[in-house]
Amino acid sequence: MSPPASTSASKAEYDTRFDFQGALDRHRLELKPLALETLQVNVTKLCNQVCRHCHVDASPKRTEQMDRATVDKCLDILEANPSLRKLDITGGAPELNPHFDYFVSEARTRGKQVLVRHNLTVTLDGNPQTGDSKEYLPEFFAAKGVEVISSLPYFQEYFTDKQRGPGVFAKSLESMRRLNRAGYGVDGSGLVLNLVYNPVGAFLPAAQPDLEKQYREELESKHGLVFNRLYTLTNMPIHRFKAQLRQIDGYEAYMEKLVSSFNPAAAQGVMCRSLLSVGYDGRLYDCDFNQMLSMSLGGAEPWTVFNFDLSKILQRAIRFDSHCFGCTAGAGSSCGGATV
Amino acid sequence: MNYYESKDLGKFGGIGKFKPELAKKFFDYYNEATGTDGALTKREKALIGLALAHAKQCPYCIDQYTTQCLENGSNPDQMTEALHVAGALEAGMTLVHGVQMHNVMDRAGA
Repeated sequence: MSPPASTSASKAEYDTRFDFQGALDRHRLELKPLALETLQVNVTKLCNQVCRHCHVDASPKRTEQMDRATVDKCLDILEANPSLRKLDITGGAPELNPHFDYFVSEARTRGKQVLVRHNLTVTLDGNPQTGDSKEYLPEFFAAKGVEVISSLPYFQEYFTDKQRGPGVFAKSLESMRRLNRAGYGVDGSGLVLNLVYNPVGAFLPAAQPDLEKQYREELESKHGLVFNRLYTLTNMPIHRFKAQLRQIDGYEAYMEKLVSSFNPAAAQGVMCRSLLSVGYDGRLYDCDFNQMLSMSLGGAEPWTVFNFDLSKILQRAIRFDSHCFGCTAGAGSSCGGATV
Repeated sequence: MNYYESKDLGKFGGIGKFKPELAKKFFDYYNEATGTDGALTKREKALIGLALAHAKQCPYCIDQYTTQCLENGSNPDQMTEALHVAGALEAGMTLVHGVQMHNVMDRAGA
């Protein structure tokens, strides 16, 4: 039970109350990097949607794009480091990067598992800046054997459109239909479609298995749609969601909720231990959230894909801050859903 | 000044300031009854709690059980139907006493 504070506090007070490193120390947890398995590359902040929880502040107006030289450098790193089995491409809507198709194709040629954070609606909306169609995506994904991970905040229109904009639910279902037709989520096809739930407001996600069961029953019985797994994610109290919390005077109450729900088991499974995040300009980060908070690795001389040094990366101290409580609350939260 | 402040909900545990052994028994019972999956799921229990919170018009419980419903995966349609169950029963509890009214009228020969 988390009381909202009636007065706003100073940053120093927040640092004390929402001290993530302090929580780790109290539980005698030392979260060191493990073997690096996933290179998560954020190729653009451009998106066809403007979601109110978005930690990237992505929108149709953003212009940040990873260039071809940086994409090639990421491919070199993947090839040179066999432990990096997975390439996780995110954005924005990553399909709106001009080198996206090339990136996917080349990574697959190098034998890497490729995951794409696909918002579903981009297939129908296309590129908001150039007008280019993206209707080829389901067949492209299938041809390349991409694992598709798609946000669908709820199995009903109200919550989905409230978070992602009017009409998004209907478009998302149509896009899912096309993915299903291409074999995604269909038993025996080998084509994986995982969905992502995140709460529409200042509350924690429901238990992943329970919600997955509800999603499966509702989407199949009402819309004839199938998928593989549901990932539940906790909303990160940064950027747009933080602004929303401030608007409803709920930031402190939400942080208190995250802090009081700290789960040491979830902390051990945080994704930053086995994942490395790359920004559109090639800079390296512990995770996509740290990336959006400009918490880069390397200090005065930033670490990038161009001076990539795996041994240094594996010996680094992961940078934590108060938002990290979002990954350790309750059943935990990661790019692969709950962690316990 | 408002008698009901949502931050006061966080002070509920303070009821154990005196007679803590009774408070412990209550909270153990409360948490077992409402916060665990049993023959009913936590989600179903939260919907019952939400309905009762409204029927008894407890602001603390409405605050708590709205959040509980959301955090256990319920949606606005389900939560609203739960309120209608409570509302319908409240109406029914009023109207069924019309039987008593009729009994009195019969006894009076009216």
